[in-house]
Amino acid sequence: MHHMLWIKNGIVIDPKNKIDGEKMDIFVKNGKIVEESEVKKDECKVIDASNKLVVAGGVEMHAHIAGSKINTGRTMRPEEMRVVRQTANKLRATVGRVLLTSPAIGYEYARMGYTTAVEAANPPIGSLHTHEELDAIPILDKAALPVFGNWHPVLKFVAEKDFEKLKAFIVWALERTKGFGVKVVNPGGIEAWMYGKNCRNLDDEVPGFGITPRDIITSLIRANEELDLPHSVHLHCNNLGNPGNYQTTVESIKLAAGFKNDKRQVLHVTHVQFNAYGGSSWRDVCSGVEDIAKTVNSMDNVTIDMGAAIFGHATAMTGDAPFQFVLHRLLGAKWSNKDSEIEGGAGIVPIMYLPKNPVHALQWAIGLELGLMVDSDKVVLTTDYPNGGPFTEYPYVMAMLMSKKMREKELEKVHQYVQKATNLPAIDTERTLYEVIHMTRSLPARILGLENKGHLGIGADADIAIYNINPNEIDPSTQYEVIDKEFRRAAYTIKAGDIIVENGVILKETWGRTFWIDARSKASPEIIDSDLNEFFNYYSIKRRNFGVKEEWIRNPERMGVR
Amino acid sequence: MEAVCTFCGNVCDDVEFDVEKQKGKRFCPLGLSKFQKKERIKSPMIDGKEVSYEEAIEKAAEILVNAKRPLLYGWASTVNEAIRLGVILTEIVGGVYDQCASVCHAPGTLATIEEGLPGGTLGSVKNRADMVIFWGSNPMEAHPRHPTRYSVHAKGYLIKDRKDRKVVVVDVRRTRTAKLADKFIQVKPGYDFAVISALRAIIKGEDIEVDEVGGVPKEQLIELAEDMKNAKYGVIFYGLGVTQSRGRDRTVENAIKLIQLLNRTTRWIIWPMRGHYNVVGAGEVPAWEVGYQYAIDFSRGYPRFSPAEFSAVEMLLRRDCDAMMVVASDPAAHFPRKAVEHMKNIPVIQIDPFPNLTTLLSNVVIPSAVAGIEAEGTAYRMDVIPLRVKKLVDSEFWSDEKILEELLKKVEELKG
Repeated sequence: MHHMLWIKNGIVIDPKNKIDGEKMDIFVKNGKIVEESEVKKDECKVIDASNKLVVAGGVEMHAHIAGSKINTGRTMRPEEMRVVRQTANKLRATVGRVLLTSPAIGYEYARMGYTTAVEAANPPIGSLHTHEELDAIPILDKAALPVFGNWHPVLKFVAEKDFEKLKAFIVWALERTKGFGVKVVNPGGIEAWMYGKNCRNLDDEVPGFGITPRDIITSLIRANEELDLPHSVHLHCNNLGNPGNYQTTVESIKLAAGFKNDKRQVLHVTHVQFNAYGGSSWRDVCSGVEDIAKTVNSMDNVTIDMGAAIFGHATAMTGDAPFQFVLHRLLGAKWSNKDSEIEGGAGIVPIMYLPKNPVHALQWAIGLELGLMVDSDKVVLTTDYPNGGPFTEYPYVMAMLMSKKMREKELEKVHQYVQKATNLPAIDTERTLYEVIHMTRSLPARILGLENKGHLGIGADADIAIYNINPNEIDPSTQYEVIDKEFRRAAYTIKAGDIIVENGVILKETWGRTFWIDARSKASPEIIDSDLNEFFNYYSIKRRNFGVKEEWIRNPERMGVR
Repeated sequence: MEAVCTFCGNVCDDVEFDVEKQKGKRFCPLGLSKFQKKERIKSPMIDGKEVSYEEAIEKAAEILVNAKRPLLYGWASTVNEAIRLGVILTEIVGGVYDQCASVCHAPGTLATIEEGLPGGTLGSVKNRADMVIFWGSNPMEAHPRHPTRYSVHAKGYLIKDRKDRKVVVVDVRRTRTAKLADKFIQVKPGYDFAVISALRAIIKGEDIEVDEVGGVPKEQLIELAEDMKNAKYGVIFYGLGVTQSRGRDRTVENAIKLIQLLNRTTRWIIWPMRGHYNVVGAGEVPAWEVGYQYAIDFSRGYPRFSPAEFSAVEMLLRRDCDAMMVVASDPAAHFPRKAVEHMKNIPVIQIDPFPNLTTLLSNVVIPSAVAGIEAEGTAYRMDVIPLRVKKLVDSEFWSDEKILEELLKKVEELKG
C-alpha cells in the first residue's frame, strides 16, 4: 500500500463541496484526503487523471447484500450461480447473475467505483449471521439496518406512548445488533401476517396491540429525532406492490411534517418505485409518481430512493412477508417465508422483468420517473438490489437519467402501455453529470449521516473513483453509451487510499470497516431492563445470547452519538 | 458456567456445565454425554505415529496440493469460522466440498430449489403454533428438548398452555414422540407422497374417491385436513423419515405445496429437523462464499453444483477423488461399504476431537478442540438462528479454526 497518493490533473465533480468539473489535484495520506502541504510529493504514488472524471467512491444506501434473506435466495436459486464472473487465482472465484456471492458483491461494487454499501434489512435475531456475511464482503465499508416496525417491544411501547422506553429500546437494539439505524418495513403489517392478514392502510389496526401503522411511524420518527441518530427512520411503506398504493405512500411521507433536523431529512422512504402505483387493479394500474414527487418536492425533510426496475432477472426479497406471499400467488413462483420470533418476518420470490409485459414496463418507467421528477437533492439511485434488479446496472440508470434520446430509444422496445400510464415519454429533464454524481455519492452519504463519505473534501475518507470520462467534453445527452460503458468499469477505484481497481480489474482484496451506532449517551437501556426480561420469555434464545459483540466482527467501527 | 450445547440442531443456549465437576444443568442425555469427558485423539499422527501439529499440517498440505481432486467432507460439527476456511481451502486446491447434509437433509434443499421454503423460527412456533405435526421426525429421540423448548409443551405469546395446541405425529411406526401427541397417524412405509397428495386434494375441496391412502383411512385424512384448515398457525416439522424414504425431495416438495395451499386461507409453515448442531452452517457458509450449499466442485477454478456427481458418496463410489479430508464427521461409519473401500485406497486426512471409525483409515490425524467446550465460534441452530458457542476451558488441542488457518497458509505456500 502506498500511504501517499497524488491524483494529478483530474477533472473533479464533488457536489458536497460545490465543485463542478474543475481541474484539480487530490492528495491522499493514510487513507484520508489531505491538503497538498501534508504530503511529500516525491514519495507519492502519482496517478495521472488527465481528462478523467474524479469523484468520491459510490455510496450504496439500500441493498440486500448480507444475511438470511439473500443467502436463502442463493440456496433456492442455483440457476443464479451459473454466471462465472471470475475464476480463482490470487483472488477469489466469483459467481452470480443477479444474486452474487459475498466476494462477488465486494468486487463488483468496487469495479463500478462504489466503496460503501448498507445492508437494508437485518432481522435482529439474525444479526450475527448478517455480520458474518458483511465480513465476507471484501473491499467495501459496510453497515446494516435492523428492522423495527413489527418488533413487539416497539409495538408495546408505541401502544403505551412511552417514548423514553421506546428510545431506550432503540439504543439497546442498535448496540446489540451492531446496527446502523432504524429500518421500518411495512409497520404492523408483518405482525398482521402472523394471522394471515396485512396492514395496507395507515389506519389499519395491528392485531393484538390496538395501534396503527401511523402510530408506529410517527412514534419512531419522534424517537429517532430525539435521539438525533446519524440516519433518519428508513421506511418501506405499507401497501407495497399494490395498485393504488401511491396514496398510502403520500400519506406516509406527510407524517414527517412537524419534525425537523438541521443536518438531514427526518424520514427516508425507500424503493419508492414499488410504492408508486395508481389505478385500482392490475388492469388500470398507472404511475402515481406525480403526486409523490409533488409531495416530496414540497417538503424539506424527506428523501427517497428509486428502487428502479431493470429488465431481466431479479429476486424479490423483503421483510414484507405478506407481500411476498401475494407475489408468489401472482407469479406462481417458488416462495420462501421466514416468520421471526416476535420481530417480524421475510419472504423471497424470484421474478423476471420483461419489457413486453405492461406491468413490468410500467415499473421500469416509474423508477425512472422518480429519478427525473423528484428534486435531485432528494432522490438516491438504487434498484433495491436484488428486488428491482442488479446493482451492476446502475450505469444504465445513470445514462437513462441523463439522456432523453436514450430513453426514447429504450421506450421503443417496451410495451406501449407506458405511453398512456406514465409521464416518462413526455419528460424532457436530463440530469447533469453533477446531479447524478450527487445522487450516487454525496446525497446518500448525507442521508446516512456518514460525514466522511461521498465527497473529496479535506478529511474525507480516501474513497475515490476515477472514470474515463471528460466532463468538459462529454455530452451525456447524446453520448449516453459512453456513460453507460465507463461507469461500469472505473479507471481506478481507490478505497481508504489503496488502489483496488485499475481499468475495471480488481488488483487486490482488502477489508473495510463495519459502522454501528452507539447512542448510549442519549438514553440508558437500564430503564427497560425488566421489560426486556419479559420480552425474552417470547424468544427461543436467552437474552444473554442475543446480539453481536464487537470482537466477533472483523473491523467494527463504533460511531458515538453526541 | 453458562454454555451453548453443541450436539444436535436444537443448539440449546440455556444449559450450564461445570467442567471441574463434569456436571451439567438442563442438558438432555445426548448433549450431556458430549460435554462430559470421553476418549480423545491424543496427538496428531502420521500413519499412526505421533507427530507435532506442524508436521501433521505440513503432511496434510502436501496431500491436498498433490492430489488432482481432493474431497473435503464433513463440517456439520464445527463452527462457521472453520467451515469458511474449509470452503476457501477447497477452492484453492480445486477440490470438492461436501457436507453431511448430502446423506441426510439434502433432499430438503432440492425441494427448496423447486418450491422455496415457507418457514419460520422455532420462536414463532413456540409463540403461535396451535397445531404441530411431526412428519417422519422423532424429536424425543433425536432432539430431546425440542418438544419442551419449542414445539409441544413450550408456552409463548399466544399459546399459554399445552391444551392450546394440537400435536400430531405422522410416521411409519409409533415413536416415542407419538406418545406425546394428541393424534398418531400411521403411514405405510414409502407412502408419504401419496398421503400428502390426498391431503392437498381434500383441502382443495376434491373427493379422493378411495377408502384409504398409504394405509390411512379416508375419514382420518379428512379429519386431519379439517384440523389443518382450522388451525390458526400450523407447522410441519419433517425429518429423515421423509427425506430418506421413497420420494425424498419430491415428498418434501409435495409437502411444501400443501403449505402453500394452506396459506391461502390460514397460516402454516414447514421446517426440517436438522441433525448436527451446525449442519446448517455447513450449508449456509458455502452458500455465501461460493453460491451453493453442498456437492460443490472447484476443479474448473469456479464452483459447480451437482449433487449426483459431487456428493461425497457419489465421488467415492466412482473413485473420482484421489485424496480426502474429513472434518468433524465420521463417514467410515455411515457411508456405504463400497464408498468406504475407496477411502482405504486414497490418502485420508482427519480433523476431529474424537476417535471414530474414520480415524482407523486416516493417514493424517489432527485432533482438535471441541467447539462449545474448548473453542468458541458461530453455529446455526436448525432454524438458521446464529448462536455463539462458548469456550469454557483452555485446551492443549488446537481449534478447527486454527488448524485450518495454518493448513491454508501451508497450502498457499506450497502452491507458491
